[in-house]
Amino acid sequence: MDRRRFLTVSSVSLGVGALHTMAPLLTGSAEGAELARLLGHENGERPAPFRVFQLSDTHVGWDGALGTLAFERAVDIVNSLAQAPDLVLFTGDLTHDTEKPGEHAERMKRFREIAGRLKVPKIYQVPGEHDAGLDGGELYRSVFGATFYSFDHKGFHFVALDNVSRAKPEVGLEQRAWLAKDLARFPRTAPIVVFTHRPLFDLRPDWEWFTRDGDEVMSLLAPYENVTVLYGHIHREHEQAIGSARLFAARSLCFAFPDPQLVADKKAIPFDKAEPFKNLGIRQVRASLGSRGAAVEVSEVSLDARELSGTEGFNQLLKNPSL
Amino acid sequence: MHSHIRLTAALVLSAAAFTMDDRGVRAAEEPRVITITAKRFEFSPKEITIQQGETVKLLLRTDDVTHGFFVRPLGIDEEIVPGKTTEVVVTPRTQGRYTTICDHFCGAGHGGMKMTIVVEAGTAAGKVGP
Repeated sequence: MDRRRFLTVSSVSLGVGALHTMAPLLTGSAEGAELARLLGHENGERPAPFRVFQLSDTHVGWDGALGTLAFERAVDIVNSLAQAPDLVLFTGDLTHDTEKPGEHAERMKRFREIAGRLKVPKIYQVPGEHDAGLDGGELYRSVFGATFYSFDHKGFHFVALDNVSRAKPEVGLEQRAWLAKDLARFPRTAPIVVFTHRPLFDLRPDWEWFTRDGDEVMSLLAPYENVTVLYGHIHREHEQAIGSARLFAARSLCFAFPDPQLVADKKAIPFDKAEPFKNLGIRQVRASLGSRGAAVEVSEVSLDARELSGTEGFNQLLKNPSL
Repeated sequence: MHSHIRLTAALVLSAAAFTMDDRGVRAAEEPRVITITAKRFEFSPKEITIQQGETVKLLLRTDDVTHGFFVRPLGIDEEIVPGKTTEVVVTPRTQGRYTTICDHFCGAGHGGMKMTIVVEAGTAAGKVGP
């Protein structure tokens, strides 16, 4: 797979994937026309409806019962769609970290191999702390490129944010300054999609489900009326509104965490051989046009594992059938 | 007149006997010291107990790499760097069990690295904390 296509991100979350169908702001007004010109300036694309999938927390290399099965299943699901999405976004923890020499690079290679099977035009990704937390993102950048960047697609402005490479859960002053400058070009009505790894708010700080300067980041986004934030890290679905922004977490493609409001301890939900993809799924997001501009609707898409369900079927696939 | 002078003198002497420094701690009283050691992927001890209103000095050390020591409700947000002891003075005001995490990514087991600070109702009420 060439690097250019890989930088175009398609996001599919195994456990829960998010399919985002977005309709760009109607450009009937002078402001809309200017926005269309601005957003289309870099890549020549004109505003038009499109779909995006979000995949998250594939943790390639993590020694769990499913291995990469959920990830591969998600790829199959996306590829089976009658109409392929325009983009897939991976929101971090592409790989599980290791300090064995050469092994982490191999895991990144394996990730690219599986993701490369996606039959989509563009794939984009951001790192998770397991990808970039130990070395400041050095290996990740050598394989995937920049950890934060932006691009435009059919009337929407996409922003990839890195809140993992600094070891602490934070975006940092330099990147926030870049974000402020990046956003300054756009009017308040511009539809903006931010994708990152950790939640940009205090979801559960004692589980490290937060970003230290998340408030500052959200303040930079606050003036904009159509902001959607996609993230991972928490291995479960979640929806939050902050001002006019809507923030959606996607499930993982390896294991799930419980609802933090129901339990005290952050412990992974045990694997269930009878329901191997339980708590995993795909999140679908549909966008619609209205009088007030772009709207994004998020819903769950179940992971159809009927042909692989049951103990007998999975024993053929599990790395350790005795589990 | 004389009783007024005697009363004033008594009040001045009392104040001198109970001089408080900036932290509200009696000048002659040193805080209890608790040493906490971090290593991948655990803190030792896993749990400590402090009384409500008690001032405690935490000495934070690491046996390997840099770790974080973060517990927002207690206002603690520190880095534990190899070769250096980080000192934190805390006077918790509210009872409860507070989860303290490592928030400096330290490896594959980082997500489970935590300890508990228990704040119990105690006899140290009245001390002014930070």
